[in-house]
Amino acid sequence: MNRPLPEDPMIRSLIAQAKRAQVSRRAMLAGTGAGATALALAACAPASTELSPAEDNSANDPNLNWANWPLYIDEDDDGNYPTLVRFQEESGITVNYLISVDDNNSYFATVRDQLALGQDIGADTVCLTDWMVNRWIQLGYTQELNKANMPNASNLIPSLQNPAFDPGRVHSLPWQGGFAGIAYNVERTDEVRTVSDLWRPDLAGRVTVLSEMRDTIGLIMMEQGTRIDADFTSDQFNAALDVLREQVEAGQIRNVRGNSYSEDLVNEDSLAAIGWSGDITLLNLEAGYEKWKFILPETGATLWNDNFMIPIGSTRKANAEKLIDYYYNPEVAAEVAAWVNYVTPVNGAYDAALTIDPELAENKLIFPDDATLAGVQVFRGLSAQEENEYQAAFQAILLGA
Amino acid sequence: MAFTAFSGTAQAAEPAVRKRSPIALLLLLPGMFYLILFFVTPFFSLIITSLQEPDPLRFGEFNNAFNWQNYVIVIETYWEQGLRSIGFAALATLFALLIGYPLAYFIAITLRPFPLLQALGLVLVIAPFFISFLLRTLAWKQIFATEGPVAGILSSVGILEPGTAITGTAFSVVFGLTYNFIPFMVLPIYSILATFDLRLIEAGNDLYGSPATTFRTVTLPLSAVGVISGTLLTFIPAVGDYINASRDFLGSADTTMIGNVIEANFLVLSNFPAAAALSLLLMAFILVLVGFYVKRSGTEDLL
Repeated sequence: MNRPLPEDPMIRSLIAQAKRAQVSRRAMLAGTGAGATALALAACAPASTELSPAEDNSANDPNLNWANWPLYIDEDDDGNYPTLVRFQEESGITVNYLISVDDNNSYFATVRDQLALGQDIGADTVCLTDWMVNRWIQLGYTQELNKANMPNASNLIPSLQNPAFDPGRVHSLPWQGGFAGIAYNVERTDEVRTVSDLWRPDLAGRVTVLSEMRDTIGLIMMEQGTRIDADFTSDQFNAALDVLREQVEAGQIRNVRGNSYSEDLVNEDSLAAIGWSGDITLLNLEAGYEKWKFILPETGATLWNDNFMIPIGSTRKANAEKLIDYYYNPEVAAEVAAWVNYVTPVNGAYDAALTIDPELAENKLIFPDDATLAGVQVFRGLSAQEENEYQAAFQAILLGA
Repeated sequence: MAFTAFSGTAQAAEPAVRKRSPIALLLLLPGMFYLILFFVTPFFSLIITSLQEPDPLRFGEFNNAFNWQNYVIVIETYWEQGLRSIGFAALATLFALLIGYPLAYFIAITLRPFPLLQALGLVLVIAPFFISFLLRTLAWKQIFATEGPVAGILSSVGILEPGTAITGTAFSVVFGLTYNFIPFMVLPIYSILATFDLRLIEAGNDLYGSPATTFRTVTLPLSAVGVISGTLLTFIPAVGDYINASRDFLGSADTTMIGNVIEANFLVLSNFPAAAALSLLLMAFILVLVGFYVKRSGTEDLL
């Protein structure tokens, strides 16, 4: 239909306007389409289906991405990682070492959507803490390890072979571990031996505790006589929580901090803290003498481990297993332990360390003896429901809510 | 986002016929695409998330629903932190204005005959930006340490009890907010005052206006646009700030702001609906407040 336009200029312009309006209606439709696309994009939340591991392509792909925490592997002055360099030479695998984990929660928040879809998260192996490993295993986000590819894995120390969250170590293997105990400034305060010593009047407002729930609450619970590695009840957990709330509200505890508690110790805002063994070793090293004493309270300290896992979407499982196996060689493990000052989970690393640095080998916080290990407990795995409930109550104190 | 709501008056001046050019549309396309992908999509996603309900079987997972009670719960739980955020941000904006206006006035008007000094003054205002926001805030934490210089001086003259904590208090958080946002206050005011016609002040004097009267009736009204954009640029980011009030920086459990609550709900508690609901409430609050403020100050031109 192609009629000539009427003569009247008024009507002509009206028709022209109507034609333009049509175009803009079409444009509006396109706009609606875009909005719908946006909605569809927004709604494509991960579907909750059973996940299956990605196919292993290690044979054709000599690369590996390893996500880990800062200052958590031996490093020389040029910024190279000597043990890792040797692994690459021996195995022919190119390892991309990513320092991308600085907090279990924020790392998990970054990768959880890909994990829920079974996709690659940019890491073929990642080292996370026990309770986070528990969550990954429960959600099916990890691949099973093939022990046949890892003969050295049998060097794992017995006490770590059957944790509640991963009996028989099917999905995870420890990388390094450490203790949470009490650190205090020997120049500024009297000896601190127990958790309740932290509530002394002379330490009012000069105490920091960790924002890691399992460590802070764990230490208080153990002092109250509750075993944190056994089936404690909500009441027992809440009893410890009450102590924390009371001390935070009274201002006895100056602050609840993550890694930054060490700054407070250094600038002496805090004279005593619930802290991690490796940090205190490092602080004393920097000070040049034992300015802070780190103790494991007699009532008990917590032991935690960061563990290798292979995420569900990794296509380089065999490469990752080769890497893990390499680090379970006692000599390699001792070399790493000598640098990072944390507890190595590898049997025989102590003997290897004796030849590298005898003094270091005698450090009970790096190579704990049986007596030391008898006094520490691993916080038991929480069910998702408990995790939600306890964490909410703990965070409420931290937020003052 | 807030600003389209107030632009209704601008349409009257539209020319009757405007030639549509496909090139203009083509040039708009990347911007529109960007907005849809990075603003509209996350915004819808946030709305959907804020209405989700927990999965009854799988803990830590959420299903789409119309669970509007999420909003009620977060208001009931976190109203105190919300009010505190508004209070802290308002105080910080006020202090930033009290410090920033004279500073901008000094650089723009007093230093006008000396372009070199003027440039230097501006550099001094902007220079802190060359250092990371986090580092600057951490530095204040050290300066305000219990054994640090500030506490040392204050306690030696008897103002402060020795051993008193300065960090982790409302003072340190408001201080941090003020300090960090002062340039956002100074620069808009400066940009208005820099082109301010000094002859108007002369005229004020000629008409027997005292300096104070001249300032109140001439300079201040003419620089109001700068003050309004400065207060908005300070208040909006300050109310949602979660660095200064963070326990790892200048805050403590007593000074938690809404940004910290959102962070904890999102990262630690994995309570995504609560975090989303709080974010939307914060957005809505800012939208209403800014709209009200702009309407009251009668400067729609600003937007």
